[in-house]
Amino acid sequence: MAKFEFPPSILSRPVWGRLEARSGKSHLMIADAEGAEAILDIATPELMENTHIIYIPKGANHADKLRALAPAQFYEGPSYDASVQRIRRVLSGAHMGLQVYLTGTESLMGQAMRETSTAGIPHSAVQTEHRGSVARRMQCVHCKGITEDVELDPFVCSHCGLNLFVRDHYSRRHAAYQGVCVDAEDHGNIPEPKGIYE
Amino acid sequence: MTIQFNDETFRDDYSFRNSEWAIKRFPFPFHEDSYMYSVNMEQHRGGPAGSVYEKRFDVDEHYLAEMKDRALVLDQDPLRCQSLPHMTLAGWDLLELIMECKSEDYPDLFELHRNGNTWRWVNKPMGIDDTFTFLDETTLPYGPMEYITRQAQGDFAVLDQRDDMLWMDAGMITTQADWSLDFDIGMNFFEWHAPVPLAHEKGIFIRALKFLLNIQQGAPARRLNWTMTVNPLLDTSPENYHKWGIQKTELSPENIGHKQHLRVELQTFYRLPRSNALVFPIRCYLCNFQDMMTMPKWGRRLHRVIRDLPDELATYKGFIDNKPMMLDYLSQFDDGQPTSPGIWPDQETEPPLQK
Amino acid sequence: MSGAEKIKVKVTEITPINELVTRFRFTQINGELLPTFSGGAHTVVEMDDGGITRLNPYSLMSDPYDQSSYTISVRRDDEGRGGSLFMHNNVTVGDEMTISYPVNLFSLDLRADKHLFIAGGIGITPFLAQIKQLERFNGNWELHYACRSEALGSYVNVLTDRHPNETHIYYDDQSQAINLVNLLDGQPLGTHVYVCGPKGMINWVRKTAEDAGWPRDNIHYEEFLAPQPGKPFEVKLATSNKVIQVGEHESLLEAMEREGVDAPYLCRGGACGQCETHVIGYDGQFIHRDHWLDDDEHASGEKIMPCVSRFEGKTLVLDR
Repeated sequence: MAKFEFPPSILSRPVWGRLEARSGKSHLMIADAEGAEAILDIATPELMENTHIIYIPKGANHADKLRALAPAQFYEGPSYDASVQRIRRVLSGAHMGLQVYLTGTESLMGQAMRETSTAGIPHSAVQTEHRGSVARRMQCVHCKGITEDVELDPFVCSHCGLNLFVRDHYSRRHAAYQGVCVDAEDHGNIPEPKGIYE
Repeated sequence: MTIQFNDETFRDDYSFRNSEWAIKRFPFPFHEDSYMYSVNMEQHRGGPAGSVYEKRFDVDEHYLAEMKDRALVLDQDPLRCQSLPHMTLAGWDLLELIMECKSEDYPDLFELHRNGNTWRWVNKPMGIDDTFTFLDETTLPYGPMEYITRQAQGDFAVLDQRDDMLWMDAGMITTQADWSLDFDIGMNFFEWHAPVPLAHEKGIFIRALKFLLNIQQGAPARRLNWTMTVNPLLDTSPENYHKWGIQKTELSPENIGHKQHLRVELQTFYRLPRSNALVFPIRCYLCNFQDMMTMPKWGRRLHRVIRDLPDELATYKGFIDNKPMMLDYLSQFDDGQPTSPGIWPDQETEPPLQK
Repeated sequence: MSGAEKIKVKVTEITPINELVTRFRFTQINGELLPTFSGGAHTVVEMDDGGITRLNPYSLMSDPYDQSSYTISVRRDDEGRGGSLFMHNNVTVGDEMTISYPVNLFSLDLRADKHLFIAGGIGITPFLAQIKQLERFNGNWELHYACRSEALGSYVNVLTDRHPNETHIYYDDQSQAINLVNLLDGQPLGTHVYVCGPKGMINWVRKTAEDAGWPRDNIHYEEFLAPQPGKPFEVKLATSNKVIQVGEHESLLEAMEREGVDAPYLCRGGACGQCETHVIGYDGQFIHRDHWLDDDEHASGEKIMPCVSRFEGKTLVLDR
C-alpha cells in the first residue's frame, strides 16, 4: 500500500517517521490496521526474539502474518480501548532502554504515545510510521469531546453537535487535532464538507 | 496614590470604563507609524512614574473587577487553570515572586509577613488575610499558582525549561487572545506558537526562544503585543468562541468608537529560582477607539498602522472583516502630521488634530 | 551588559576539605538574604588576580533553600591558569568579592520518577545541592560517586552518614569501578541520569547510556572547562574596529573584556552558548574546546566560543 504524503504544515502538526530496527534489549511494537505492514518491513528473527507486539486489526487482515514472525509476545486486541490496560501494564514493568515502535493510524500512534510519555519515555525517543487511514481524532475545543475517525472538514462534533472546522494544530496530551466552531461569526453558514486533504 | 477600584463588568452589559488616568497610562503598543513582528524585548526594570512599566506587577483601577471576572470564568470552566504535576514547585516560586513584589511595590494594599515557613498574606482590596505554610499545599485553599493568580491581574503561563526548550506546562489563562491552555498545555515553544503566521518564516521565534532561555534570576524582561477585541471582553477564549464570535459582526459606524477596543498585552518574563522555570505574565489592557483618539499622536499613528498592516496579520488577529470600517473611523483622526518616536502620548508636545 | 546580575559578598569561612579541595562560604555584604536557587546552579566568581580579572564558574553546593550563605568547593589546579590557585592562595576570611546570581545549566528534570547521579571527583558539588533539593520533597535518587582515594573523597563521609542507602562510593586506588552497564540496565522507565566529572567520565556515561537505548533527553551532563593556556595570537574585531592580542594565560573572551569590548557570556566554560561569535575571516587553525558548537560547526570555520577556544595562525577577524 502506497504511503500517504502529508502536505507541509504548521510546527504543531506531528511529523511521522519511518520505522527502523534499533538495538536494544527489549522492544514494544504497537500497531493498528495497515500498521502491521510497517512491522513486517523491519522484522528480523533477532529483533523478534525480544519484541512484544500489540496489534489492533480494525478490520484488516494482518494478524496471522505478525504471529508468524514469532515475536516473544503477541497480543491481538479488539480495539485500542480494550488494549490500553495491557499497554500500561507492559510499560509499568519496563526498564530504561526499551525501544517503542508505533505504527498505523494517527489516532493509534497518538494515544499510545500518550501512554509512553506518561511512563517516562520522551516523545522524541519513540519511533512512528503512519500507515492506512488518514482520518483524524479531533477534540472539540468548546465541549472538549473527542470525535474519532474524522475524514471531512467541517464535521459535526459527536458530543455537542456544533459544526467544527479541522485545524492542523495538534495536542500530544489529547492525542487529537483541534476542532473550532465554523459558523461562530455567521450562524448557520456551514461550508460544504470535503475531504481533509482535498 | 490610592487607587479607586471600578465596579464594572467585562461581559453582558459591558460596563467596563477607563478613567482619564487609565487612558493616559494605556500601553499604546506602536513605537512608530508601522508594525511588523520583532523580538522587541527590553529589560523590565521600572519605567516612568505612573506608567504600567513602573511596578513589577501593575495594579490598576480594574483590579477587583478583573479578579471577579476570572472567578466567574473558573466557575464555568476550571480547565482554564492547570498545572502538570512537576510544576508545583514553580507555582510556589510564582506565589513568592508576586507576594514579594506586590507587598514591596504597593505596601498600602498588600502585606507579606514571613516567619520561617509560616507566611501571612494580606490582600486588602480583596479582603484576604491568610496564614499558610510555604511549600505545603495542604495549607492553601488552591494550589499555589492558582491561589496567587486568582489575586493577580493578567494571564500567567508557567514554562518548564528542559533540553534547551521551553514547555508550556502550567498556566492560569482566562483573558487570552484566542488560545486554549487546555489544548496547548505540554507543548513546546514552537508548537504553541505554530498557528501564528509570518513570524516563523522570519525566524522570530528562534531568536525569541534563544533570548528567553537565557533570562536569568534577577533580570526580568518585557515586551508589548496587541490584538483587537469588539466589546471589552476579557474572556476571548476559543472555548467560548461560538458564543462571542458573533459580537464581531455587531460593529457599525455609529458604535465603533466605543465598541472597538485595542487589546494590548504587557508580557513580562521572570526566571523562577527554585524550579528554574520561567513565568510569562501576560497582562491585558483594553482601550476603546474613542478614548484612544483623545491622544492626537495615537489617533494619527493607529490609522497608519492598521492601514499598512499585512492582511495575513489582520486575519490572524481576527479583524480582517472589520478593517475597512476601522479605517473609515480612524482616518478622521489622521491629519498627516508627523508623529514623535516612542509609545508615550507626548500630550504636551504633540499638536492637536488639524482638521 | 554581560553575564548575570552581580552580588557583593564577604568570605566568612574557608575550610580545607582535603589536600586539593577547599570550601568557601559567602554571605551578602549588606546582610540581606541571598537569592534561593535550583540544585545544579553555578555562580561566577570574580577574582582580581594582579590586574587580570578572572571570572570562574563554580557549582553552588549549599542547600538551595538556605539563604543565609552560599558555599562552593574549589579544587586546586596546579597546571591551570591560576583561578583556582588564586582562590586557594590569595583569598582570606573577611575578603569582599563579587559573585553572579545563580545560573542553572544543569537543572533537575522534575518530571523524572528517579534521578540517577554519577559523579567523579569534584564533580560531586552540583549533586550536593540537588540532593538537598530532592530530600525536601522526598525525591527518588541514587548517587554513584567515584573518587581517587579515601583521602581525596570530598564529602564522602557526609553523604554516607546521611544517605547510607542512596550513596555508593568507588575508590580508584582500590580498583573499585562503577558497573555502568548493569547500573543503567536495571533502571525503571522515567529515570534520568546526570553525570558531572572529568570529560572521559562524561563521554563514557553518555555513550554507554545511548548504546543501551536511553533517550537523549534523559541523559544530563555538566562539565565546565577552564580556559587552557596557549600560544598568544592576534585578533581583529571588526565591529569595534580594534586589533587585540590574546596572551598565553588569558582567554579570547578575557582579552576582549580587557580591551573594553562588550561580549555576552554566562558560564565562561564552553557550555551555555552565550558568547558564540561569528568568524568573518581567518587564515590558520582553530582550537575549539567548547561543548556548545557541534562537529560540523567546529569544522565550518564560521563560529568560535571565545570563552574557551583559541586560534593559531596568521589572521582571525571576528564580528565583535
